[in-house]
Amino acid sequence: MIKQIENAAGRLVPTTVNGRQTTPYQGVGGYLPHGHKVGPPLRSCAQYPDGSKLAPNLVAALSRAGLRDGMVISSHHHFRDGDLLMEQVFAAAAQLGVRDLVWFPSAAFPCHRSLIRYLEDGTIHHIEGSLNGPLGVYASAGKMRGMAVLRSHGSRYRAVQDGDVHIDIAIIAAPAADSFGNCSGVNGPSACGPLGFALADAQYADHVIAVTDNLVPFPCIPWHINGNLVDQVVVVERIGDPARIVSGTTELTRSPDRLLIAEYAARFVRDVGIMRPGFSFQAGAGGTSLAFTLFLRDMMREAGVKARFIRGGSTKYLVEMLESGLTDYVLDGQSFDLDGVRSLRDNPAHVATNPFITYNYHGKGNVAALVDCVVLGATEVDVDFNANVVTHSDGLLLHGIGGWQDTLFARCTILTVPSFRDRVPIIRDRVTTLCGPGELIAVVVTERGIAINPRRQDLLAAVRGSALPIRSLHEIKAEAEAICGGAPAPLQTGEEIIGVVTWVDGTILDSVRQVVDEDVLAMAGGMQGEAA
Amino acid sequence: MHARAEAGARGAGIRSDCWVQVEDAGPGQPKIEIHSRVAALYGDSIRTLVHSTLHELGADDLSLTIEDSGALPFTIMARIEAAVHRLQPDNRRVVLPAVNPASVYASDRQRIRRSRLYLPGTTPKFFINAGLHGPDAVILDLEDSVPPAEKDAARILVRNALRTVSFYGAEKVVRINQLPRGLDDVRALAPHGVHTFMIPKVEHADEVLAVHRLVEDLRRSGQVTGDIYLLPIIESAKGVINSFAIASAAASIVGLALGLEDYTTDIGAQRTAEGRESEWAAGQIIVAARAAGVQPLASVYSDIGDEQGLYHWARQQRLLGFDGIGCIHPRQIRVVHDAFAPSEKEIEQARRIVSAYEEAMASGRGVVAVEGKMIDPPVVARAQRIMRLAMMTTERHVGATEAAETP
Repeated sequence: MIKQIENAAGRLVPTTVNGRQTTPYQGVGGYLPHGHKVGPPLRSCAQYPDGSKLAPNLVAALSRAGLRDGMVISSHHHFRDGDLLMEQVFAAAAQLGVRDLVWFPSAAFPCHRSLIRYLEDGTIHHIEGSLNGPLGVYASAGKMRGMAVLRSHGSRYRAVQDGDVHIDIAIIAAPAADSFGNCSGVNGPSACGPLGFALADAQYADHVIAVTDNLVPFPCIPWHINGNLVDQVVVVERIGDPARIVSGTTELTRSPDRLLIAEYAARFVRDVGIMRPGFSFQAGAGGTSLAFTLFLRDMMREAGVKARFIRGGSTKYLVEMLESGLTDYVLDGQSFDLDGVRSLRDNPAHVATNPFITYNYHGKGNVAALVDCVVLGATEVDVDFNANVVTHSDGLLLHGIGGWQDTLFARCTILTVPSFRDRVPIIRDRVTTLCGPGELIAVVVTERGIAINPRRQDLLAAVRGSALPIRSLHEIKAEAEAICGGAPAPLQTGEEIIGVVTWVDGTILDSVRQVVDEDVLAMAGGMQGEAA
Repeated sequence: MHARAEAGARGAGIRSDCWVQVEDAGPGQPKIEIHSRVAALYGDSIRTLVHSTLHELGADDLSLTIEDSGALPFTIMARIEAAVHRLQPDNRRVVLPAVNPASVYASDRQRIRRSRLYLPGTTPKFFINAGLHGPDAVILDLEDSVPPAEKDAARILVRNALRTVSFYGAEKVVRINQLPRGLDDVRALAPHGVHTFMIPKVEHADEVLAVHRLVEDLRRSGQVTGDIYLLPIIESAKGVINSFAIASAAASIVGLALGLEDYTTDIGAQRTAEGRESEWAAGQIIVAARAAGVQPLASVYSDIGDEQGLYHWARQQRLLGFDGIGCIHPRQIRVVHDAFAPSEKEIEQARRIVSAYEEAMASGRGVVAVEGKMIDPPVVARAQRIMRLAMMTTERHVGATEAAETP
């Protein structure tokens, strides 16, 4: 039985994770690092004599990179559910006969369910990274060796920079690349937008392999990843499925309840005075968040308010806002549709960002804290405003953290959640898995009212006299539970810890335990995971 | 193989519902099998509910399988009852969920009926949050949205919803089936908190009268206590011709609604966006309803994606004289309320008329005058209605402000 300790949030967490000593969570801002960043090995350009780094295929590239048992292989998730590369990479690794690799993706998606085969045959030991859908169910059932280590986008960059994770070989899927190794995300059949999630990998890995299906003559412009960081370039037939990387058009939700929640959130942002000339906000491309953006857009237009910047994920709607003068800049971490990709390529005010710029907690300042408001989802919230984004109330690990934790530092963090989903109450006495400390969450917007964190007296004062349906979280919880037929039974989990949630500073915030309920696992068997 | 019957729905796309199968257990012990998406949270609670429901139905000896996709208790009970009744057609026992105090409130005949939201009577997921979108009325539909094979199950489900679901102050309307089946709907549902019955495809006054008399019979036998109103729908040439007789058939009638889809078919026309084919019917319905002292209510706008079109159409109905329209999606409600909202100018004028009227009443004068002009009673009534519409907007404002003061 692994040794556990209670952290500052009252959660039992392991003191070692996958053999590495860890620090328990010490509160927001409680842990300060010391020492130096890690450094990748020194190289000379004399080792890359003619400037061409082409390798004949993945097997050759991996063996030239010195692939051996137990190594850490990293990848980025800009291709989302359309990634065709990692299957090829691990097939090549299996062909070379190596075992016990650690896969360190910036996120995994349902398309990666095929990699379960390599977990089963021992090629992969475990995955350190966000697990969406089928891989999460696999880990929840206790089938994965080693622990899933869940990190936010910012915390992943930080973990590499701080040396928590040493990347032996970084794989960079490049929609366009030249033979020198410059990589671009905005051209080619697998165009995906910026490549920021691969930045830490390129900067800090021992060995960097760029893989493309679209080799262009030098220079590959814009070079989102500089060839000076790249060891080898491999050309394969296909690296991505364009239809699953970005959608042609972003779908708008028709759900009246989601629309109602989004509208409440937008009215809140307007009525408390966050929406004012020069303000900034961030909202994702999920149903409710996207609807929020559209409601706010109309309100901005009506009031003649222009934002200083909007943080992407970009969609055609953000692009329209930029082009129609509703914001000076779009600062974009990932593009969700083709309009986002096009705008990033063609419009100098649409700027590619990466987790170092926007989220790295061990940096000299936090850009996420300069955003006036952020609108996020959650799987659960508790009465102290703590929130969960990775597990469901039945204990299944189904979602990654993404940039969720990083953005909590915005000046006003708004969670949009239904008060219950299909008889599952979302507001709990205690969240199943703690991902976001309540002190950072200002507002919870549900279809049955808006709850303001009592810590935010400024916001409570700002809503006085407004027509917004302000209620307490306790009240909304009681109403939802009455509808659902009483408070839900306490969750019975297994003892075994199958994963940990790290905080943005690398300390351990909570543990994810094995799901033992046969019914839950059986139901999850046929289920498709949703992308976070 | 033993006799079996089923009710409800299952499958990947199903939410907030369940599928139930009951079966004669034969000589063996009855088996209860439960599969639920919320087993981890409500598995025990579902098992208890299944046992108590079967027991109250006198069906402890049946085997039961349930596949639950997050159904609320009122739905689980309704699905079990429907399945048992299908297996045992002579079983007359029912299982009534406890009445939710939040679902008990009165309506009134003069209430504003700008928006009425249609909810298919077989789809519980649409019931649960319908009231949050603020419709003036919700219509739990047993008629066109329910396939013939589901009429029995829908009636049970709607009955349970009337008792347990809070529609947050919306008038609770049930659209019954065409008579004579509709009379069975009335008998089954009138005791469970219905405010208003909508009667479809009415062509003669005696159809409405039959419903009215049945409700009065139920009242005399103590099964109905509160007021129950009637809202006939005119959907045919004959109905339009007889509209005044229909609207004035009984004292419990509060409005007259026009159903355009069937009406246009009946007269051999096609329904168009401009609606010229139904102008005459609209005029007839408005005049008949006003002459009978009830509210004329317009049809529905079918393109749920077109908010602007909806706004213009609803506005046009209001200018014609209708008091409200039907909604087929919750997002239409706000738009309809905007379209029916009085303008500042109208409110100001109405305020002057109403205060002049009150002043005249207080001073015992029979004549009301504003700026030297005589004001007739219908103008006063209209002004009072405009003031009520205006108040409905401010009331929401005031309520929310109070809530905000006490976080």
